[in-house]
Amino acid sequence: MLVAKPGLDGHDRGAKVIARALRDAGMEVIYTGLRQTPEMIVNAALQEDVQVIGLSILSGAHNAIVPRVMALLREREMTDVKVVVGGIIPDEDAVALKRDGVAAVFQPGAPLEEIVAFVRGAVE
Amino acid sequence: MLKTTTSGVPVNAVYDERDRGGAIEACGEFPYTRGIHPGMYRTRLWTMRQFSGFATPEETNRRYHYLLAQGQTGLSIAFDLPTLMGYDADSPMSEGEVGKCGAAISSLQDMEILLRGIPLGAVSVSMTINSPASVLWAMYLAVAERQGVDWSELSGTLQNDILKEYIAQKEYIYPPRPSMRLVTDTIEFGARHTPKFNPVSISGYHIREAGSTAVQEIAFTLRDGVEYVEWALKRGLAVDEFAPRLSFFFNAHNDFFEEIAKFRAARKLWATLMRERFGAEDERSLKLRFHAQTAGCSLTWQQPYNNVARTSLQAMAAVLGGCQSLHTNSLDEAYALPGEHAVTIALRTQQVLAYESGVTAVPDPFGGSYFLERMTSDSEECAREYIRRIDGMGGMIPAIEASFPQREIAEASYAYQRAIESGEKAIVGVNAHRSDERPIEILRIDRSAGEHQVRKLETLRARRGGQQVERALTALKRGAEGTDNTMPLILDAVRAYATIGEICDAMREVFGSYTEAALV
Repeated sequence: MLVAKPGLDGHDRGAKVIARALRDAGMEVIYTGLRQTPEMIVNAALQEDVQVIGLSILSGAHNAIVPRVMALLREREMTDVKVVVGGIIPDEDAVALKRDGVAAVFQPGAPLEEIVAFVRGAVE
Repeated sequence: MLKTTTSGVPVNAVYDERDRGGAIEACGEFPYTRGIHPGMYRTRLWTMRQFSGFATPEETNRRYHYLLAQGQTGLSIAFDLPTLMGYDADSPMSEGEVGKCGAAISSLQDMEILLRGIPLGAVSVSMTINSPASVLWAMYLAVAERQGVDWSELSGTLQNDILKEYIAQKEYIYPPRPSMRLVTDTIEFGARHTPKFNPVSISGYHIREAGSTAVQEIAFTLRDGVEYVEWALKRGLAVDEFAPRLSFFFNAHNDFFEEIAKFRAARKLWATLMRERFGAEDERSLKLRFHAQTAGCSLTWQQPYNNVARTSLQAMAAVLGGCQSLHTNSLDEAYALPGEHAVTIALRTQQVLAYESGVTAVPDPFGGSYFLERMTSDSEECAREYIRRIDGMGGMIPAIEASFPQREIAEASYAYQRAIESGEKAIVGVNAHRSDERPIEILRIDRSAGEHQVRKLETLRARRGGQQVERALTALKRGAEGTDNTMPLILDAVRAYATIGEICDAMREVFGSYTEAALV
């Protein structure tokens, strides 16, 4: 799994906790670090041959960023890669992102257990 | 059952005389554990300062006038992410981010609009800006010039604490050493020109939000403070020339007593450090003055009205801990920037505390409590130990380069999260006492804010004197390559309406950009 922080947002507490929880659950996790463009994220996903991309966004820029990641994945015929989004995502935006192909949206307070179970299900 | 604080520090069932330590000095006396003034809020209330900014400078200016009309006593500017990162609203890097997390300010023109009708000689202004702090400060100083207010009359605070950006908040542009030079430039400039303005607000808030413990928060923050003092001394300033204007910013988290003890310990530690390590004599150099903000990371998305209760308790801890100014979070901030109704309740919370609760009547009312004095001395001792370790690494910059504080924080935040997951720590509405609640209304910033800012920039670029901008930017680059203070050069560029992106790009060319190691 690739855990990525797109956009200008530097709040990486959540991304790091998630990456660590997934690793503790036995998964191979790559963390991109901060300020990745959609292009950089999709390239990294291709190079690392990941099954899941996790995007952590707390800045409110998700409606601009996530659709670009999804479009790039379609362009490169990587639609088998599942995308999950975590962060401050209002309900109506979560619905729209899922319509665009996002597999799951995790909002604040989502239990780690639930996230780990979802990712495990996605890679099996 | 073992009880622990929010930070995981064990708490005994009983405390007694033996825990209290020696004699306790009075409020307003060195090392100021109990407070920096003898009378504290009997003499002067804290400043009620709500951090605020969203969308365009026009809309934020309206919010400022509203807040001042509601009895707020100081302003605190929140900038959007492009501004915080030194990009113009029309940069490709700013896509989707303009006005989302704060007000979008790309040039002096935006700052003029933001502060329209605000008398800068009378209202103190705090600016949460770090890597491009000198640019935004220059814009503010230029607006003051235009209002005819002498710089010596200006009061307020620039956050300008770059070290905690590498440690926690991660909004950095340049590598640590050139960044420290820029901070030192502002400290030196402030010591000469703005005697009532705090050029740096040394911040633990973001360290705590990133997941640190209470002790780590004060330890890393005070060690950052030591670093700024050392750089300013190396610049040739005398400690008492600039130290009286160093200010601090801390988090007020959930654990009531742990937080009060933390504030008391920080004051004691700073006073001792300043006297023993740097030989400061001016009493104002020894006194740790701080702004507090209730803990954003404690707000829950579930049952958001509970956040009013959390914020009230946290604010009370900040007041009992002796803060000089306070921001109370709004109930809707787990979702978005606050709406007007929510921010009004947050301000009213401070007013209820100040005028109804009675906590302002006696300074440090918990002073002498067996439990609290013990927590204070334990916090102080643990923080001292961290400071010794960082000294041993050669200071905060080598510690940051070795990812030491970053790792310590990540460990603490993971431990905290696991305690929530296991149910060992209860968060009401999240992992305990759950129930469904109707959704609340939230503030939405649409694309029009960004479009408005981009159009304004286009007009500005066409209208301003291009040659003057070029000249100012070239001079700034030359200055940045040398050792002169960059503030006058940045002021010239700002007055010529060079944009924040242009000014930061000029310095990026000279200083380079910083990328941290991506560690998990």
